[in-house]
Amino acid sequence: MPLALAETRNLAHDEAQDFVWTLNFGPQHPATHTTLRIVLKLDGERVIDAMPDIGYLHSGFEKIGEHLDYNQYVTVTDRMNYISPLANNIAWHGAVEKLLGIDITPRCKYARVILAELARISDHLVCNGAMGLDTGAFTFFLYAFNQREVLYDIFETLCGARFTNSYTRVGGASHDFTPLVIEKIRAFLKNFPKTLDDMDRLLKRNRIFHDRTKGVGLLTREEATNRSCTGPVARASGVTRDLRKDEPYLAYADFDFQVPCMKTGDCFARYWVRMAEIRESLKIVQQALENLPAGPINVGIDERTTLPDKRQVYQTIEGTISHFELTMANRGFTVPVEESYAAVEAPNGELGFYLVGDGSDRAYRARCRPPSFIHFAVFPHLIRGHTLSDVVAVLGSLNIIAAELDR
Amino acid sequence: MSDIVSTLQQRFAGVTSSEFRGQTRVVVSKSDAFAALQLLRATGGFDLLVDITCVDYLNYRDAPNRFGLVYLLANTATNERLTLRVFLGEEDLTIPSVVSIWKGADWLEREVYDMFGVELTNHGDLRRILLPEEFTAHPLRKDYPMQGRGERHNFPVLARDRA
Amino acid sequence: MAVELPENVVVSKLDQLASWCRKNSLWPMPFATACCGIELMATGASKHDLARFGAEVFRFSPRQCDLMIVAGRVVMKMLPVLQRIWSQMPEPKWCISMGACASTGGVFDTYSVVQGIDRFIPVDMYVPGCPPRPEQLIQAIIDLQDKIQNEGTITGEEFSAASRQQPKRALMELPVIQSGLGTGGWGPGSQVGPAPAIGGPR
Repeated sequence: MPLALAETRNLAHDEAQDFVWTLNFGPQHPATHTTLRIVLKLDGERVIDAMPDIGYLHSGFEKIGEHLDYNQYVTVTDRMNYISPLANNIAWHGAVEKLLGIDITPRCKYARVILAELARISDHLVCNGAMGLDTGAFTFFLYAFNQREVLYDIFETLCGARFTNSYTRVGGASHDFTPLVIEKIRAFLKNFPKTLDDMDRLLKRNRIFHDRTKGVGLLTREEATNRSCTGPVARASGVTRDLRKDEPYLAYADFDFQVPCMKTGDCFARYWVRMAEIRESLKIVQQALENLPAGPINVGIDERTTLPDKRQVYQTIEGTISHFELTMANRGFTVPVEESYAAVEAPNGELGFYLVGDGSDRAYRARCRPPSFIHFAVFPHLIRGHTLSDVVAVLGSLNIIAAELDR
Repeated sequence: MSDIVSTLQQRFAGVTSSEFRGQTRVVVSKSDAFAALQLLRATGGFDLLVDITCVDYLNYRDAPNRFGLVYLLANTATNERLTLRVFLGEEDLTIPSVVSIWKGADWLEREVYDMFGVELTNHGDLRRILLPEEFTAHPLRKDYPMQGRGERHNFPVLARDRA
Repeated sequence: MAVELPENVVVSKLDQLASWCRKNSLWPMPFATACCGIELMATGASKHDLARFGAEVFRFSPRQCDLMIVAGRVVMKMLPVLQRIWSQMPEPKWCISMGACASTGGVFDTYSVVQGIDRFIPVDMYVPGCPPRPEQLIQAIIDLQDKIQNEGTITGEEFSAASRQQPKRALMELPVIQSGLGTGGWGPGSQVGPAPAIGGPR
């Protein structure tokens, strides 16, 4: 049942504030998923104001970025948006390659596209699953996590790590696609749509889910842009911006896919956009897998840009030298004394890195543009006037990942 | 893209622009920054503030100023991007806030204040955002050590008997 | 004198019976802060199914729990909350430190990350890995059950006895902040005492 936005009373000089009470939400609460805290001002069950308090997981990511070199820092980006680590890896090394001026091979571009889309699927599965969990639909969550295990298996076959993959390297990747990986992705593409239909049916006509999400947390198109929203949150409000279409990076210009958008801008729209994006991602993965170019996955080691693979390191003198020089301080990459920004369309929105190079093999400044941080700033605006039970629905639909929020 | 840069150059003195890997950057002096951003929003069509960040140039080669603020702007209609940089000397770390232009600047500016100690005037709610309010340092400055100064272990120990 | 016992009667000690009850009815409190929390969720989900080991009743109220699983890094803003929640849990209680970050700080050797929660609260079981696989967490819970089986008595006296009061690691000599540190830090006024209150607006 849609709720009208209640008029927010002016609390600054209101002597009769007896009706206002304060509720502390978090930092340890099941519906915050991780760690964030909101202090809610309530009039009965109606939220008058929300004051987010973050930083409960601030771990100094950007400070570490100044102390690890361009290849090492990828392990830390894994832990940034930890429900889709591959998207962060690709964003980080995309930014590094832009700063260094490296053009990666076609096969690597396609491989990164496939993995970015699989990461998007796994991210949306958790987000929608957790949103269902918070609004009382537990079964959806179990379906979602079961499919994530299939994706974990694919990632594990590919690079040995099921969860924190650290897959990309400067100018390439740590592992090439093997026939077994391709076979597993094909099997996933074949089996997953049926499960997705099942999942869709669980919530699409679920009366409770509709009542709790429709008309809740309204964000207009103008507000979405004004408050810097990107990704599914903005697209659910009618902003058609998608970096995959608007600034095609990697190989996205080669594929035929659509950008799902909604105009209503409520929690249900965000849920719907994510579900539709999963289907579009499947289309992209299908096309990329069928057209996966042959050839090497790393750019040549002669230019001394990519770490050579282990067989070259152990069996050829050039490989040994190249590996040695790349891992030595100040002998590796040729880094311009410049600054650049590169962004990708991560599952949550525009994920970019602003890099300052100073000639050494470490970034002088590694700024991350975190979508969760920007989306959570919108939260007080979305929740004002709604009831206490809508807090979890709005939080779930924004997909706040605390490690990306606080870094 | 070039016409908005030339508009900026006509309007404000000392605006320099450069290009790197397809990105246009303009450098605006501190006193003109707010007016330039207002102009970019109003007539340049840059309706999306992508990011605000800061760089501490303490150990940077040939850097005349200590801090550099970076405003990353985008135009959602034409997909143009523009990077606007403002340099701040250590003697006066204040700059007008742009919350009145883009509401999305609110938390981004609070983070700049928290991490670098740059004072954003007219912000309205300039508090620490990520670190505890009792914290006194600004950790992303280059003269702050990565391991900190021991703040992370300044807590009481909870043994079994006190639990 | 031998006593004939029917087949369906088992002779045991009351202590063992109490421990057996305790170990098979662990109610975990998932203190999930970061990446390990997702693996904790995967452990509870259908494929790995923690329910097979009698520890699936995740309760988010510390008053109902007896096993705290700290999954993910704990930073200095979060540590008072962790201590508050730990002290709110009733005895007997146990703690699993899941993952490298909770155990040692992991890759995050930075100004804000606590380098191992065992500096500030007692820990019974450490799980290595970044993040650990669900199988590792399940193994840790099984090991903890073995430990519980071997230590308890029917009266539960040992849960308040002096023998358990020692912190697990001899970490007392690690850097303690001197007051008057100068520019950075919490300053001389920072109070070492009970965890600060977390309720109410700041």
